[in-house]
Amino acid sequence: MSALTFTLKQPTAQRVDMSPLVCQKLQGMDVDAIAAIELQCGKRRPRVDELFYITGMNTQEIIIANATDKLDFIGKELDGGSISILGDAGAYLGMQIKAGSISLSGDTGLYAACEMKNGLIQIDGNAGDFLGGALPGNKQGMKGGTVLVKGNVGQRAGDHMRRGQILIEGNAGDYCGSRMVAGTIAVMGNTGRYLGYAMRRGTLLLWNQPHLSATFNDCGSHTLAFLPMLFASFKPLNSRFAESSAAFNRVQRYGGDMAETGRGEVLVKL
Amino acid sequence: MIINGVTIDKTFAEAFPMKATRAIITAQNEKWAMISAQAMTGFATSVIACGCEAGIERVLSPEETPDGRPGVSIMIYAMGGKGLAKQLETRAGQCVLTSPTSALFAGIESGKPIPLGKNLRYFGDGFQIAKKIAGKRYWRVPVMDGEFLTEATTGMVEAVGGGNFLVLAESQPQALAACEAAIEEMRKTPNVIMPFPGGVVRSGSKVGSKYPALGASTNDAYCPTLKGMTKTDLSPEIESVMEIVIDGLSKEDIDKAMRVGIQAVCDLGAANGIKRISAGNYGGKLGPFHFHLQEIMA
Repeated sequence: MSALTFTLKQPTAQRVDMSPLVCQKLQGMDVDAIAAIELQCGKRRPRVDELFYITGMNTQEIIIANATDKLDFIGKELDGGSISILGDAGAYLGMQIKAGSISLSGDTGLYAACEMKNGLIQIDGNAGDFLGGALPGNKQGMKGGTVLVKGNVGQRAGDHMRRGQILIEGNAGDYCGSRMVAGTIAVMGNTGRYLGYAMRRGTLLLWNQPHLSATFNDCGSHTLAFLPMLFASFKPLNSRFAESSAAFNRVQRYGGDMAETGRGEVLVKL
Repeated sequence: MIINGVTIDKTFAEAFPMKATRAIITAQNEKWAMISAQAMTGFATSVIACGCEAGIERVLSPEETPDGRPGVSIMIYAMGGKGLAKQLETRAGQCVLTSPTSALFAGIESGKPIPLGKNLRYFGDGFQIAKKIAGKRYWRVPVMDGEFLTEATTGMVEAVGGGNFLVLAESQPQALAACEAAIEEMRKTPNVIMPFPGGVVRSGSKVGSKYPALGASTNDAYCPTLKGMTKTDLSPEIESVMEIVIDGLSKEDIDKAMRVGIQAVCDLGAANGIKRISAGNYGGKLGPFHFHLQEIMA
C-alpha cells in the first residue's frame, strides 16, 4: 500500500492548521472521508481536497509534498506512524508528538517539537525559535524523544526542556537551553549569547567553546563515562552525530546557571 | 551407571525456586572490574546465613559491555524478591559504588525491574544527574574519582537454586583436583553460578541437628572420619567428599552445568582416585526441581 500523499496544489495566502492530518486520526478512513475533512485556513475552512491532491492509501505513512511555511501544526500530537514533509513547514511542527516520526526536507518555523513527549523529528533544514520549548505560559517544554536538526536553530532552543534530546548539527541562536529543567542539547556548531540562561539541570554538549555568562563556573576537564554510551545511541540516526569521528568523552565541564539551581552543565569538547 | 570407572549413583539433586538477577560491573581494566565483582559477591555462599547466593558468571570483553570497557557479569540469587532487591542494593552501594573507576549496568532486561542505582543516586546529595539513553535510565553520581555511572534498574527473574553433585574420592587432594576440573568447565556455561568458595563446598549439610537451635548440621553420612560411627553412605576406600552447588536461571541451565561438571570429574576417572558421583536431596519432598544424575549423564 503506497503512502498517503497530500500534494499542495498551490501556496496558500493564509496559514493552514494541518493538525487533523495525523496518522491516528486518519486511521480507518477512506480517501473520500479524508478529502472531506475541513482544515482551518485563515478564517475559512476549506476541504482537504480543495488544498491538496490526494494519492495513496496508507494512513500510517503520510507524505506532504510541495509543503510551504504556511502549513502549521503538522504532526500535532502524532501517536505513531510517520509523516514526511517535502518542502518547508510552518510553526508548531510536531507539537506534543507522542510517538512516531516526522521528517522535514526543508526549514520550519517557531515552536517546532514544542512540548514533544516522544518520537523522532528530523529537520534537514533550519528551525525557528523555541525549538522543543514550552508554549507561552506553560512551564514544561519537550519531555522526551529526539529532535535532530541538520541546519541552524533560532533562539531559545530547549526552553523549559524537561527530558529528551535535541541534536543540532549547525548553530544555535541566543538563549540556547534557557530555563532548561533536564535533558540534553548537543550543538556541533556555534552557540549564541546567554547560553543556558536560568537553566536548572540538564546538559548542553558543545563542540565549540561558547561565550558563557558569569553565572557558569568552570568545573575542570574530565573524561565522562556516559558520553560514549550517548554517542552510541546516536548510531541509528541519519546524521553527523552518528559518525564515529563525532564521538568524544573528554570535556571541559561548566556548572550553572548559578543564578538558578545551578545543577546544569555545559560540556565542551576538548 | 559407570563412566571411566566412576559410579554414577541412581539418585538426584533437589533444588528450589529462587529469584535471581544479573548485573554487569565495568571498570578501567579487568583487574578492577574483577576486584569490584569479587567484593560484591563476597559472603554470599548460602541463603542460610548470607541472605543471598552470589557469584561471578564470567568475564566480559569490552565489546560485550554497555560502556565498552572490560567487565564482569555477576548474578545474585535469593529466596524472595524483597530480599534480593535489598541484597543487590546494599552490595552495589558498598562494593561497586566504592570501587575505583567502576560502572554498574543491568544484566537482565526481562522480568520485574528492581533498583540497581535508582536509590544509590541519593549518595550524590543533589548533584546526581539522570540521563535517559536509548530508552534506559542511568544515573551519574559524582564521586571523588570522577563519576559513578549506573543504570537505574535491572531485571529480576524466576530461577532455580540448589542443584548439586557430590564427588567421592580416595583422597582429599584427588577430590579437590576433580572439583577444580569440574568448576573450570562449568564456568564456561552461561546463566549459572557456583556460589561456594572456589565453587566447591566441603561441609555439606543435612536437615536438622541434635541441637534444637540448629536447623542444619554436618552431613555425617558423608563424613569419611565417621564411617565407623554413624550410618554411613561411604565405602571403605572413600576418604574425602566434596560438593558443588549450582544456581541457575532455569532447570536446563543447571542440567547443562551438572553434565559438563560431572563429565570433567569422570574424565579424571578411577585412575585418579574418583570413585563415585552422588547428589544431595531431601527425599524429593521439599524442592520441586529434581536433577537425576543418571538421566543427566545418559
